[in-house]
Amino acid sequence: MQITEHKPLIVAFCCNWCSYAGADLAGNNRLNYPADVKIIRVPCSCRVNPMFVLRAFQKGADGVIICGCHPGDCHYTSGNYYARRRMAMLFSMLDYLGIERERTRVEWVSAAEGAKFSATMNDFVEKVTKLGKNKRLEDLRCKK
Amino acid sequence: MQKITTDALVQKAVELLNNNTVSYVLGWKKGEFDYDITPYVFKDEKTLKEEFIYSDFCGVNLSKYLVAKTKELAGKILVFLKPCDTYSFNQLLTEHRFNREKVYAIGIPCEGMLDIDKIKLNLEGISSIVETKEGVKVNTLDDKTIELEKQAILLEKCKNCKSKKHYAYDELLGEEGDVLDNNRFDEVAKLESMTAEERFEFWQSQLSKCIRCNACRDACPACTCEKCVFDNPNSGIENKSPANSFEEKLFHIIRAFHVAGRCTDCGECSRACPQNIPLHLLNRKFIKDINEHYGEFQAGLEVGQRGPLVSYTTEDVEPSDVFNKGE
Amino acid sequence: MQRIGVFVCWCGSNIAGTVDVKAVAEALKFEPGVVHSTDYQYMCSQAGQNLIKDAIKEHNLTGIVVCSCSPRMHEATFRKTAQSAGINPYMVEIANIREQCSWVHKDMAIGTEKAIILGKAAVAKVNLNAPLTPGESPVTKRALVIGGGIAGIQTALDIADAGFEVDIVEKKPTIGGKMAQLDKTFPTLDCAACILTPKMVDVAQHEKIRIFSYSEVESVKGFVGNFNVTIKKHARYVKEDLCTGCGACVEKCPQKKVANEFNLNMDNRHAIYIPFAQAVPKVATIDPSACTMLKTGKCGVCSKICAAGAIDYTQKDEYIEEKYGAIVVATGFNPISLEKFDEYAYSQSKDVITSLEFERLTNAAGPTAGKLLRPSDGKHPHKIVFVQCVGSRCSAGAEKGKEYCSKICCMYTAKHAMLVRDKYPDTEVYVFYIDVRTPGKNFDEFYRRAVEEYGVHYIKGMVGKVTPEGEVLKVQGSDLINNKQINIDADLVVLAAAIEPDKSARPLATKLTASMDTNDFFTEAHPKLRPVESPTAGVFLSGACQGPKDIPETVSQAGAAAAKVIGLLAKDKLLGNPCVARSNELLCNGCSNCEKVCPYGAITYIDKDFRMPDRTTRTRRIAQVNPAVCQGCGACTVTCPSGAMDLNGFTNGQIMAEVDAICK
Repeated sequence: MQITEHKPLIVAFCCNWCSYAGADLAGNNRLNYPADVKIIRVPCSCRVNPMFVLRAFQKGADGVIICGCHPGDCHYTSGNYYARRRMAMLFSMLDYLGIERERTRVEWVSAAEGAKFSATMNDFVEKVTKLGKNKRLEDLRCKK
Repeated sequence: MQKITTDALVQKAVELLNNNTVSYVLGWKKGEFDYDITPYVFKDEKTLKEEFIYSDFCGVNLSKYLVAKTKELAGKILVFLKPCDTYSFNQLLTEHRFNREKVYAIGIPCEGMLDIDKIKLNLEGISSIVETKEGVKVNTLDDKTIELEKQAILLEKCKNCKSKKHYAYDELLGEEGDVLDNNRFDEVAKLESMTAEERFEFWQSQLSKCIRCNACRDACPACTCEKCVFDNPNSGIENKSPANSFEEKLFHIIRAFHVAGRCTDCGECSRACPQNIPLHLLNRKFIKDINEHYGEFQAGLEVGQRGPLVSYTTEDVEPSDVFNKGE
Repeated sequence: MQRIGVFVCWCGSNIAGTVDVKAVAEALKFEPGVVHSTDYQYMCSQAGQNLIKDAIKEHNLTGIVVCSCSPRMHEATFRKTAQSAGINPYMVEIANIREQCSWVHKDMAIGTEKAIILGKAAVAKVNLNAPLTPGESPVTKRALVIGGGIAGIQTALDIADAGFEVDIVEKKPTIGGKMAQLDKTFPTLDCAACILTPKMVDVAQHEKIRIFSYSEVESVKGFVGNFNVTIKKHARYVKEDLCTGCGACVEKCPQKKVANEFNLNMDNRHAIYIPFAQAVPKVATIDPSACTMLKTGKCGVCSKICAAGAIDYTQKDEYIEEKYGAIVVATGFNPISLEKFDEYAYSQSKDVITSLEFERLTNAAGPTAGKLLRPSDGKHPHKIVFVQCVGSRCSAGAEKGKEYCSKICCMYTAKHAMLVRDKYPDTEVYVFYIDVRTPGKNFDEFYRRAVEEYGVHYIKGMVGKVTPEGEVLKVQGSDLINNKQINIDADLVVLAAAIEPDKSARPLATKLTASMDTNDFFTEAHPKLRPVESPTAGVFLSGACQGPKDIPETVSQAGAAAAKVIGLLAKDKLLGNPCVARSNELLCNGCSNCEKVCPYGAITYIDKDFRMPDRTTRTRRIAQVNPAVCQGCGACTVTCPSGAMDLNGFTNGQIMAEVDAICK
């Protein structure tokens, strides 16, 4: 018997200075990860508005991951510290509303961590795939 | 403790109006029934004496009205603040939302406000409600009378009252109370202990009742934006009718997030909700998380506080560890 | 409506090997706004760029999407291409289909599908792009150095030598700072005054340098290139331009019992004083808290004796306003107060002293004229115990002391121990230490000489208690290597007190909107790559205000800060990054939360009058972003609940459009 596995849709917000460069390095080193991951470049992890995360889920994303510089390494000195608090609070709230906690993640990836970027995405996609379709946040009107 | 009377407040207000300390009085106005009370700006002695009221149904937090009224009105405004209203008052000052110089604040005691909806569950056709020692005596149009205990008919926000102490005033009437021990986070903890499925079921059933009337937002003293993102066609998340289960989730999550770290837990959102959605449980979740992870924080304790979401420490907990607590 | 051109690059086979570039170009043709879509082998090549330029003209394009390698690689290239063809460079977006697509995916169908989606996201974003122009601001070609210690002196000299005017503000009556109080310097043992005072003279004589001594920074307004600073010059009751520094007034002043802070209160000075012989400026200062004339109006001796007529009892504090292009902070350090370290009996016995006091005791210009004598009875000490790490490296959460290593103590203690053994070979010297840290050129050799050649007893362990008993100080310590308790009857105990930033630093940081760490050291714009710049543009860091440093390190950092300042002042105008935050004043609540998260102090508030629909006027507090200072992180945008704050180039609308395109 063959089951067609649900192909998840993952939105990754990557800060320009560390994580986006880390993703580029993963590319340079040909470190594969699933094409389900689509990256959006932001100047800093602190630019990620909870609205963007919710919008992605509304439109059918199955997982949202935010990647930033490691704490202490922020290009803007403190942006990722604010992002850390905001996303901790937002994701805890989503968890509280019953959204599976594996669908959201914050990960610190430096420009040198191409391998970590690839491994993180592989792991994240695997976990989200197991959960299947995001039914709890999706807005059905957005489906074609 | 001597209960403060409407007459005492009116007398004070008239005195301050007549000696020109203030030009306006922001208070509560009687409605057709004992329980339908509205916030109102009184301008003269006559209206004050005829229409001002302070009763067990004056749950409305008047702080928020200062944002608009201090800008609209030229003179100084007298405002009456219950203990929990003073937190909102301070928080608004922290955010420069009104000019303190234009306000004369009088702290007044509060023993918990009543929820007319809870009373109405017991009987219909209410003609009058009389306060008694233990609660209220309710009379109906068909001459029935029942007595209800106060604890059972308290507003949701008053059930877990956090404080009888005033944190801001120019003058205090009555005796000062204390900060109370309360178990306001019990319900949040109960939800946290459920499975994700159960939590989803709970919130789905609650939030799907939402009719997007915006009453929660309009009553909330932290929601004082010049223009709300949900009213702004350029924000990308402007108002939509809740035709689908996502819209109200988005609305309530964003709203809770916008007031996170600023919410004083005054409970106006739940009081105002015509659908009786326990919206305060969203805000309390943020407050509980903030307290647990970033240290105890009560918004509105003093003017000039730096909120937890506009601060950080280098040692803050990782978002993944916030999930993993208690497991 | 935009007219968007899409250009899909093959990158040879780098992209084309895994992505069907023709299919991508074809698919994107039908996206909203797209009027032209094509592919080419090497879009970054001259031919590829010309292809873009030609298409811009031919199709009247207003926006460009290049599906190619990472924007970190060629965004700048394609922006220039667009600009040369007459389109605003910020109307270009890159879809990264190489590093983030073709190189990490193997299957052609999957790669192509993803490349199309990334292309759609870029198109969706460009549809909302707006032309951006970097702001320009002029540069005032003058620098302010706050603090006149060795750090400030070196920075000022380097900047002035490059031809720019420099003002030094020093809160003490003379420049020189801590280094002027030192005796010898490690590891060469040359005398501090011999190498410092010529530099002080250089400063005084430099035609480009002005010294505001006995002065403080009162307020700072403006931003990089355009600071307006108010300097408060304290009344010294002596006209600086008339005083010749002859010292006659000091000699005749009847009030002689004023604690002399330059000698750390170990002797006295007069109410009118010159801190030390080589002071710059060499001008007398009247201490208003001690002067009988100023307090009671009865005396006036100095005024009578002064041949130059420089004394002016009616002098008032003076405020000077000046413009600067750059500000260097060089506020330095102080030893911590030892009142919480009662176990060492610092407050109980005069013979328990700090290392800085020890410097004065061995200094030829100090209170004992360089003879090492006990402060209590003036006797020569025969047994000296040095205690290291007093208040340094304390455990986190400890009630007293600092968590960090003060860095300089190991070396100066080795120096002190060596000097004592050299001058007074009959003296026994013990040093209690946790670790001896000697990373620096010739540092470890220096320390080993102290142990091996000078016979200083180094004991690994801490001192638990010092008890004054009669003439001796009973020192109880532990020797961790031999695992035993040690009791020494010492004549003198010297405490290597931790150093901390000067107390003036915190209020100064507030005035400058420069950030500080929890220890009140100024933070750098980047700890590794921008160590002499503050995150606040135009504010630079020199010396120990940024962290504990010895003299050679301070001087090199001072020079580095000067180089950065020169680089800034050499420009005629500053071109900003246009991707900065902007506030929509109609939506702004004035709540100040954005200001709190801004790491650069780029946000200020003004009260502005608004005409209301009912024809009344209403004053509202609104945020304003200074584009010359904002670096474009976007922290403010998320803090703003009303969405009044948005970020050029990464607007809420643009990012949401990308999300929508990806999730379609």
